[in-house]
Amino acid sequence: MLNTIKQHIFRSPYQSLAAILVVSLSLFLMSAFFLIGAGSHTVLQYFESRPQVSAFLKDETKPQEVDLIKARIEAMEKVKKVDYISKEEALEIYRQQNKDKPLLLEMVSAKILPASLEVSTYDLNSLKEVATELKKEALVEDVIFQEDVILALSNWVQTLRKIGGLVAGFLLLVATLTVLIVLGMRIAQRKEEIEILKLLGASSWYICLPFYMEGIIYGLVAATIAWGLSYLGLLYVSPFLVKFLAGIPLLPVSVVFMLEVLAGLLGVGALVGFLGSFLAVSRFNRAVR
Amino acid sequence: MIKFDKVSKKFGEIVALDEVSFKVDKGELFFLTGPSGAGKTTLIKLILGEYLPSSGEIEINGEVVNEIPRKKLYLFRRKLGVVFQDYKLFWNKTVAENVALPLEIQGAKESEIKEKVEKILGVVGLSERTELFPSQLAGGELQRTVLARAVITGPELLLADEPTGNLDPKTSAGMMKLFKEINEQGTTVLMATHNSEVVDSLQARVIELDKGKVIRDEKKGKYFKEKSKSKS
Repeated sequence: MLNTIKQHIFRSPYQSLAAILVVSLSLFLMSAFFLIGAGSHTVLQYFESRPQVSAFLKDETKPQEVDLIKARIEAMEKVKKVDYISKEEALEIYRQQNKDKPLLLEMVSAKILPASLEVSTYDLNSLKEVATELKKEALVEDVIFQEDVILALSNWVQTLRKIGGLVAGFLLLVATLTVLIVLGMRIAQRKEEIEILKLLGASSWYICLPFYMEGIIYGLVAATIAWGLSYLGLLYVSPFLVKFLAGIPLLPVSVVFMLEVLAGLLGVGALVGFLGSFLAVSRFNRAVR
Repeated sequence: MIKFDKVSKKFGEIVALDEVSFKVDKGELFFLTGPSGAGKTTLIKLILGEYLPSSGEIEINGEVVNEIPRKKLYLFRRKLGVVFQDYKLFWNKTVAENVALPLEIQGAKESEIKEKVEKILGVVGLSERTELFPSQLAGGELQRTVLARAVITGPELLLADEPTGNLDPKTSAGMMKLFKEINEQGTTVLMATHNSEVVDSLQARVIELDKGKVIRDEKKGKYFKEKSKSKS
C-alpha cells in the first residue's frame, strides 16, 4: 500500500507539488485569518474586561456617600463590577503609567487627581445607560466611557470573522478542487491499470484507498507547511505588535496554542485532501464498471 | 456453468450480439470462433460484467451476471480467470509481481502468494523469468504470464480472448497444451480464437458467431465446418 502511494506521488512529482502548494497557500491564508481573528478577539476581551465607565467624584465626596453611589450602581442588572479608586490609588496608577516620564510625575500629587468609580458592564451596549445614571449623581463631577472605541473594535472583529469565514470557505473550495483536478489527472493516467485491477477482482476499497491516502497526505503536508509559514510570520511581526499592543496580554503566543492551530490545520488539510480525492475517485467509479 | 438466454447487446444502432443462446456444462472446454467483429470479445466482456446486455440473461454458475450489483461485481470476478488478447499486464511490475496480483487483491498471505507464484510459474515454464519485466519477454512468455495470472487463484471459469493471437504455431501448441491441462483439472475453459489450427487440434466444442448470431454449435467441431468437409 505504502509503495503504491509513494509510486503515485513520485510518478508525477510536479503535479504533487502543485497540489501541495495550492493547498498550502489556502491553508496558510486560512490560518492567517484565524490568527488575526483570535488576536482581535483577545484584544476585544481585554478591553471588555477593563472598567469601561469612569465616574470622577467631586473632592468633597465623603466615604459613606461613595458607598451609597456604589451600591446604587451595583444594583443595576447590567453592571458587572464597580471599583472605587481613591486619590492615592489614582496617583499610583498615574505613576505606573508614566514611570518613564519623570517630568510628568513631578508635577502631579494625589490632591489634584480625582477619586473615581470604575464600572464594568456585562454588555457593551449598556455603557451609555450606566453613564447616564452616573451623571445623575450630584457628587459625580464627570463621566467618561470608551463606547465608540470598544464598539468599533467589536464591529471590526465581527466583520473580520464574517469576511474571514467567507474567504476561508472559498479557499477551501479552491484547495478541494485542486486536489480533485490533480487526482483526476492521476486517475486518468492510471485508467488502464485501474481497469485491469477491476477485471482481476479488486474491490473499490483496494483501488480507491491509495488515492484517498494520497489526497490526505497532500492535505497533511500542506497543513504542516501552512502552519510553519504562519508561525514564522507571527514570530516575525511579534516585536512590532508587542509595541503596538502594549499592556494587552496577547504576545508571545503560547506554543500550546500554536500546536492546537497545527492540529486544526492538519484536520482541515486531511479533510480537504480526502474530499478532493473522494470526488475524483467517485467520478471515475461512475464511469467504469 | 454458463447459460446465455437470448442475450443481445447493442451499441447505439450497431448490434454486437443478437439473441445469443447457449449452455455450457461445468468442466467443458469450448471455442468461440468467428470473423473479426462477430461478437466474441463482446460476449467475453458480458460474462465479465464489463458490459450489461441490452436484453436477455447471462447466468454463470447460478449467478445472473446482469443482476449482480455493481459493488459486488468484484466478488464475482474473483471466480473467473481471464487471458486478455492485449495481455493487460502491469509493465512496471515483474513477472512474479504480475502473477501475484490476483492473490494480493484477494488479501492472501505473503507466504501463500510466494508459494503459489513459484508453483504456477513452474507449470507454465517461466521459473527462470520471475524477476523480468514484461517488456523483456517474448510473445509466448507474455501470454504464459497472463495465463499464470489467470489461473493462480484456481478459477471456476477461464476466459481466453485470442490467447494465441500473436504466437507462432509451435508456441501456440504449447499454450493449448497448458489450457488442456487446466481444463482436465476441472476448470471450464472458454476460448475465443481465430486460430484454425488450434481449434482443429483439440476437437472440442465450437460455437461459431457471425454478425452477432450463433450460426453453429458443434460438440466436436472444427474451425471451418463446411470447408473442412469439402476439402476432405
